Amino acid sequence: MDIICNFPCISIVTCMIGGIISSALKGRAAKYLNAVILAAVTVMSAFVFGYTMTSGESFTYVMGRFPAPWGNELRAGVLEGGMALFFCIIMMLCLFGGQEKLRTEVEPQKLNLYYILCDLLLSSLLSLVYTNDMFTAYVFIEINTISACGLIMISQTGRTIEAATRYMIMSLLGSGMILLSICMLYDMTGHLLMENIHETLTASVTAGHFHVPLMITIGMICVGIAIKSALFPFHTWLPDAYGYSTVSSAAILSSLVSKGYIFLLIKIIYRVIGFDVIYASRVTDILFVFGLAGMIMGSLAAIRENDIYRMTAYSSVAQIGYIYMGFGLGTQVAMVASIFHILSHAVTKALLFLSASGLADVSGGSRRFIDLTGSAYRNKIAGIAFGAGALSMVGIPLFSGFISKLLFAEAAVRNSGKMLPALIVLAVSTILNAIYFMKTVIRIFTPVKTGRKPAFVKNHRIFTAAVACLIALNVFLGLCSDRIVELIEAGLGMFV
Amino acid sequence: MNGEKQSFSRHFQNWFYGDDTAFDNVMPMRSQTEHHISEEERKEYEEEYAQMRERVFYVERNHEIWLFRKCFEIMGIVLCALMVCVLFIAVSYLPPTGHADNPANNEVSQLYVEHGIEDTGAVNSVTGMILSYRAFDTFGETNVLFISGCCVMILLLLDHKAQKRSAISNDRFYEPKNDVILQQVARILVPVVFIFAIYVMLNGHLSPGGGFSGGAMMGAGMILNVCAFGFDKTRRFFSERVYTAVKVTALVLYGVMITYYYVMGANGLENHIPLGTPGAILSAGLILPIDLVVGLQVACTMYAFYALFRRGGF
Repeated sequence: MDIICNFPCISIVTCMIGGIISSALKGRAAKYLNAVILAAVTVMSAFVFGYTMTSGESFTYVMGRFPAPWGNELRAGVLEGGMALFFCIIMMLCLFGGQEKLRTEVEPQKLNLYYILCDLLLSSLLSLVYTNDMFTAYVFIEINTISACGLIMISQTGRTIEAATRYMIMSLLGSGMILLSICMLYDMTGHLLMENIHETLTASVTAGHFHVPLMITIGMICVGIAIKSALFPFHTWLPDAYGYSTVSSAAILSSLVSKGYIFLLIKIIYRVIGFDVIYASRVTDILFVFGLAGMIMGSLAAIRENDIYRMTAYSSVAQIGYIYMGFGLGTQVAMVASIFHILSHAVTKALLFLSASGLADVSGGSRRFIDLTGSAYRNKIAGIAFGAGALSMVGIPLFSGFISKLLFAEAAVRNSGKMLPALIVLAVSTILNAIYFMKTVIRIFTPVKTGRKPAFVKNHRIFTAAVACLIALNVFLGLCSDRIVELIEAGLGMFV
Repeated sequence: MNGEKQSFSRHFQNWFYGDDTAFDNVMPMRSQTEHHISEEERKEYEEEYAQMRERVFYVERNHEIWLFRKCFEIMGIVLCALMVCVLFIAVSYLPPTGHADNPANNEVSQLYVEHGIEDTGAVNSVTGMILSYRAFDTFGETNVLFISGCCVMILLLLDHKAQKRSAISNDRFYEPKNDVILQQVARILVPVVFIFAIYVMLNGHLSPGGGFSGGAMMGAGMILNVCAFGFDKTRRFFSERVYTAVKVTALVLYGVMITYYYVMGANGLENHIPLGTPGAILSAGLILPIDLVVGLQVACTMYAFYALFRRGGF
């Protein structure tokens, strides 16, 4: 076995041990350790990605001496390696971008706790990406939930504690549903590893056994993950959780945490239950309807909002709706579009949250639109970054948002039954997106008439670099989309 | 009672008739005074409360909230009932419990039962399973405990000196100090609890028990110790420093051992840790040390929860 095959396991364990060591360190040291870990894990994920790309097939890694179906297993293909690499990069940019702001938001004694949470969150994301075992997935869902709660409430104001409580209640409901469905899957198949479950399940579906519990299981998995990734109408925890936590937390939560769960759902659809069974169960139609509803309702709520953070948060609801609409279309092309949108949304939302914090900082800490007028002149980098993010969200060519909308439209055209609603809602949602994002962009670029010239705030170098990287990544996704779509297709091919 | 020596039977008699209490001259007790609120104060409170309700909820005028609450209750009950029904339906279609032809009775459980001892060296096959076959999940679970401890610290750990001092001085406000009964019982029980906890931890691979249960016992013993003798005396052997050191050492050791186990196993390299004879105390390879470190971690976390919830620090 090549040495690179060890990297998924080692990167997960490195994050965990790093988090544990951080609890004995002071804030500054924990920050540096976190940076080192992120860099190491990024390099390892890049190696895994490159390895699977050149070899053209996936590999499984037995955790310990016992192979499937007795022991735990990890599995890495192009899609897993790519996702892991992407998650690491986004996490790094989010943390670096919010680093300066974090000093004012978190008490210095508790700074090391923040980095523990980040390390363990990354380990759980990597495990959700790599795991080949349903129960391992559940264990890391737990870690993910708890660390996300911690990330929300680390800046202790009343609003964040309320938001964290709400998130915890909703999220635990989701976890419970996922756990129950794993139990029922085990009861029906006697396995916990994805491939074995899939085999046994396929046999019993063809034999006509367990139809009712299987449908209920599929429903509970979908609802559980929908709650955790804030699909409309389970999105009520989202605006407060994203809107009042620290900048880095908001960026990480919106661009990574919900995406980890969605990636797990994709794995379950393809590798556990089987695409055909899911499609035949009609649960895709339900996801389609709620996805469409989310696209409209999220945007409408964002238009009504008078707070730039909460507006960006509500826009996430709409974007999650896009992803679920892609699942709902129920074709391979639509699934590719959804996965591309996961990438595109993660890049863009991180950019928007970081730049919104930069804009709010130069407006006396206020996030209301009236105070933000002309803030792009006071903080030019944040202004440009917010503009770029907004353009990408609306779907202007050159940016990644355009490509994902194009892919969705293409997928919709090929699905005769759902073409009309999908296309109409896509168009309406794009217009609504444009309304609230362009309104914000126009407002921040409207000069205010004060007597003197506005003082230009110099950003910290790291913030500037992080924002520049995010814009570059966004444009990269927009320009090199052909190759990326090919890779996603190859990765989905390796799933089966 | 009044200083003169009394025989035990006399003591007992007095106690029985209620003339004597065990606490006389032994324990400083604060006599409880009833909490008096003057009429004015009461009125003030009530007004404030009414104002707050008015300001926050507009309860009197806001029918929307009233309606929402009613709907919320009804919908909650309906949803729960629906969920119960759905789950009952699902369960009724699942294979019956304990049936021999169930899908769960397959080659997986068969191997665990038949080859568990020779594969893992552990007589207790549950421990063998969670620490050997499915070791990754267990490492994850230990990290769940660790991270929940961190989250509780975020919420409850007090940073400011003044806050800390007031929390410490208020610590025993509602409880009697130096409770003799508790102290005497604790003096006997705490060592027994500790020894039993260590026994359970060390015998995880031989008998029911293991790191999680042994650690929980040890944590309970430490909490009993704190209740009886106070934080000052407990801090002599278990301060925040010791807590951090033990927790970090245990978990890092666990991580290193488990990584060694994964990498060696996955690459087909020889595992240099002998499994020993099943049934001996030094057997089952890595299971014994892992049980020990898991136990220490669980004990630390339990004690930390108690200390943090009680007064926001150690």
